[in-house]
Amino acid sequence: MKFLTTNFVKCAVKSCDASELSFPLKYEECELQLQEHDFNPEFLISMLPRLNWDAIVQVAADLGNTTLPSTKPEGIEDNEQMLKDLHSLLLETQIINGKMTCRHCGHIYYIKDSIANFLLPPHLANS
Amino acid sequence: MSRPEQIAPPEIFYNDRESRKYTESTRVQHIQAQMTLRSLELLNLDPEKTHFILDVGCGSGLSGEILTEENQIWVGMDIAPSMLATALDREVEGDLFLSDMGCGVPFRAGTFDAAISISAIQWLCNADSTTSEPKVRLARFFNTLYAALKRGGKFVGQFYPANENQIIQITSAAKVAGFQCGVVVDDPESKKNKKHYLVLQAGHSDRPLNLGNMEVESTTPKKEKKMSKKMMKALETKKEYIHRKKELMKRRGKTVAQDSKFTGRRRKPRF
Repeated sequence: MKFLTTNFVKCAVKSCDASELSFPLKYEECELQLQEHDFNPEFLISMLPRLNWDAIVQVAADLGNTTLPSTKPEGIEDNEQMLKDLHSLLLETQIINGKMTCRHCGHIYYIKDSIANFLLPPHLANS
Repeated sequence: MSRPEQIAPPEIFYNDRESRKYTESTRVQHIQAQMTLRSLELLNLDPEKTHFILDVGCGSGLSGEILTEENQIWVGMDIAPSMLATALDREVEGDLFLSDMGCGVPFRAGTFDAAISISAIQWLCNADSTTSEPKVRLARFFNTLYAALKRGGKFVGQFYPANENQIIQITSAAKVAGFQCGVVVDDPESKKNKKHYLVLQAGHSDRPLNLGNMEVESTTPKKEKKMSKKMMKALETKKEYIHRKKELMKRRGKTVAQDSKFTGRRRKPRF
């Protein structure tokens, strides 16, 4: 799973929909891998307004990277070095195995072989 | 034609054997590729840009490969583990999620530019267990999809409705969720090649869906049309009947004898 996706995925349980705690999920025991991907600055720029920077910082800290600035840097569009850094963080960093926990209901989702399992047990699926 | 929907739930029907069979069949590959390209044509995305796309029911990534070729970044979700395992073996580019669309699309608001779905949403109309209610699952799916698309986001989903009721069920659920909604039918005359595409738009977009001269509106089947057709049939002559049938078969792609001055002409009486 790409790091970019962690900035969007939230708890699938219906009763967590309204809760702000259901995003971002808490990442634990994650195994990371770098996978090369074509650098595409236009895509990154189009994604910028959609990114939740606080969530990026939080998830990066969960994964052991605490070097990110705490507020969204200004003028990323014109700064090629920054775009490249962001590219390698968002698109080339893959989570291969790991555990995601919802901060609201505490349900644990597992990532195995880079596939995230979002199937819910019956008691959560129909609530 | 057999319908896998009537045999078993998707996660059970698409076992290792079935998903390998499905993915390796060149005929399926060809049809899936065609439908994906047609869906992209309907979506009318800016070809210069890379978009973030959701593929609902991505299966083994046949549609995802086309998205990658078109230089899009995508996330796929599917309920069948074997299908996803096949996708993993084929090293597709997108992120894969093992997830049930009837339980919702687990993404926060405004995530995707667009979403596609190839041969998947008809599964929502099935009640595979005592606890799953198609109406609830459809509503949950379309509500969360509406939220996960950004404003002006579009969805095109090819599906195989079992009957007219399923089309109504699906479109009304989409409309309740807030979508502008319609169904495009390609090749309506051919039983084999007929394809239904559900086209949805979440709010106003600068690049609306590419529907030719059609409008995004609901498709309520007209009741009174049937009666007049019956009357037309009763009134037509034998020659007209033959011409109509030949025309229909031609449109369905069958080989039909050429029309001549003898077509539908009465033969002279013989012993």
